[in-house]
Amino acid sequence: MSELGITGRRRPSLKERLLFAPLRGWALIGFGIWNAVLWALVVTSASMVSSMGIGLLLLPSALTLLRDTANAARRLAREWGGIEIEEPYQPVPLDVATAPGLVGMLRRLLARVSDPQTWRDFAWAILDSVVGVAIAAFAASLVLYGVYGFVIGILWPTLTNAGMNDWYGFVHVSKSGALTNLRWATFPLGAAFLVGGAYAGPALIRLHGRWTALLLGPTANARQAALARRVARLTETRADAVDTQAAELRRIERDLHDGAQARLVAMGMNLGAAEALIDQHPEAAKALMAEAREASAKALTELRELVRGIHPPVLSDRGLGDAVRALALDSPLRVEVTVDLPGRLEPAVESAAYFAVSELLTNVAKHAHARTVRIDLWHRDGRLRVTCVDDGRGGAGVQSADGAPGVPVVPGGQVGQVGQRGGGAGRGSGSGLAGIERRIGTFDGVMAVRSPVGGPTEVTLEIPCASSSAKTSTS
Amino acid sequence: MRVVLGEDLYLLREGLARLLSAHDFEVVAAVGDGPALLDAMLEHRPDVAVVDVRMPPTFTDEGLRAALAARKQVPGMPVLVLSQYVEQLYARELLADGKGAVGYLLKDRVFDAVQFVDAVRRVSGGGTAMDPEVIAKLLVHGSSREPLGTLTPRELEVLGLMAEGRSNAAIAAKLVVTERAVAKHTSNIFAKLDLPPSDDDNRRVLAVLAYLNR
Repeated sequence: MSELGITGRRRPSLKERLLFAPLRGWALIGFGIWNAVLWALVVTSASMVSSMGIGLLLLPSALTLLRDTANAARRLAREWGGIEIEEPYQPVPLDVATAPGLVGMLRRLLARVSDPQTWRDFAWAILDSVVGVAIAAFAASLVLYGVYGFVIGILWPTLTNAGMNDWYGFVHVSKSGALTNLRWATFPLGAAFLVGGAYAGPALIRLHGRWTALLLGPTANARQAALARRVARLTETRADAVDTQAAELRRIERDLHDGAQARLVAMGMNLGAAEALIDQHPEAAKALMAEAREASAKALTELRELVRGIHPPVLSDRGLGDAVRALALDSPLRVEVTVDLPGRLEPAVESAAYFAVSELLTNVAKHAHARTVRIDLWHRDGRLRVTCVDDGRGGAGVQSADGAPGVPVVPGGQVGQVGQRGGGAGRGSGSGLAGIERRIGTFDGVMAVRSPVGGPTEVTLEIPCASSSAKTSTS
Repeated sequence: MRVVLGEDLYLLREGLARLLSAHDFEVVAAVGDGPALLDAMLEHRPDVAVVDVRMPPTFTDEGLRAALAARKQVPGMPVLVLSQYVEQLYARELLADGKGAVGYLLKDRVFDAVQFVDAVRRVSGGGTAMDPEVIAKLLVHGSSREPLGTLTPRELEVLGLMAEGRSNAAIAAKLVVTERAVAKHTSNIFAKLDLPPSDDDNRRVLAVLAYLNR
């Protein structure tokens, strides 16, 4: 994100000044015109709510279109103007996001209308068609007008004869078919426009971005509300992390106590007894020693399992990619793995992602009736993404209301919360998925599940994390 | 027979050296980290190298990497890899060159000196010695996949024992059948896995490889 901001501030190249800025200007003019149309569309469907009721069906789509357009404008401001604009929308509460039927639709509409940013978007749409277009028009035309200065200076008879304006700026190029003395002034003037346009173009595009940010960026209130949500989320995930860790430690303690520790005690006793017996009853002593050896093998096996559960050795050896490949090999399903990771990730994230994938595979094997699974791991823009797609019977998690399957990731992802699962329609994998979500939640990771009845099921995990390219994965 | 030992834990290294010496192996080098192991393997060209996976300097899969690197330069150099845990992934990497003469065993197997020494001998003779735990994982769910799906349960069982590195005679003893019956199974396996006729040892390695690659 921040890198993009810096990209916006570096010195623009000549190509950017002379070509991209005007083209972007034209595009933004078109965008502004579309905004006027969109605004009219929203107004029309809103007015139909009271008169005919059909607006109730149209308005949600119109508002979605408005939001998509606003998000597109934010993206353009970032990519073209280098102006970073956060999405300030309020997250939709989960029960609303997934409420079924017409009631659900109405509740979602209500939630959207009561978000102040929706109104700001609405105001922006109509204002952008004036202010935005005005700014964009300068960016679009200055360079072109400069070029035109040279064109008219050379080709004036053809142009004026074709009925075109014989003025260039304040220069009257010809008067009743005859050249004026000022004709040559078009060249310096055109050059001035060209240079001025080239100089101002990127700045104008950036100005347009600032204008977009004015209404589409978060207000102080929205920012504060987002921070409050973030604090609440952090408190929750921290509590989860602490609980999970404490439970893990208890489990490890219990496993050691009942397993390896007990076996070592038995070994010690056996060896002690063998020591006492070895002179008088060498045969019995031998048997005891064999028993002790067996106990040591069992203790080792148990320790191995325990270590695998704490931190699998292959993960520390080879990193996430190979560790997931190893998981795939151990799975009873046919699992295809593609890995596109730049190097090693943060160890804690690696571990969380590994156990998440492990849990996903277990889930699929248990509930999905799938034959093949595809797992993709990749890292981009400071985020690790994991997708797991199976060809099973679907129906994991809860169905959302409008028939669209799966649980939506709430916009503004990092503060959004995803997924209550294991509802009536779920296939009983709820606790597993919830566990995964808790695990990655500690790292601000989010999970999205798409699982229409009949399959396929697609689970996507996204965890923000840095990577170190120091060590690369083999194979 | 000349052996190079790679193991960073002093006690285990000495123990292994003593064990192997007691069984008429000559330990020509016993080293404790990855680079030294690779050097020793390339310098001494031992009849077999016994290698721990995790060693200094990074304490990850140093030993395995050294073994793979040595086999790249000296194809088919016999290597027996020991580890606290076994991964199918590593087993496949070891077998991937199709040259055989590899072993991959849990460290626990050292407890049974006779079997362990037998495994070392087998590997130095060009055979394989896969840990039963690797094989067991495959047996649980390997059977649903091509081309192994065409094998009968009995043939799968024979293939598993073959992967562990057992001879036909040993397999026959284990399954309580005649050696002829085992030979019939193995030739069925070779046919079903579409392995061209060549010397038996090599085909056994390829069968194991097919097994691991599923």
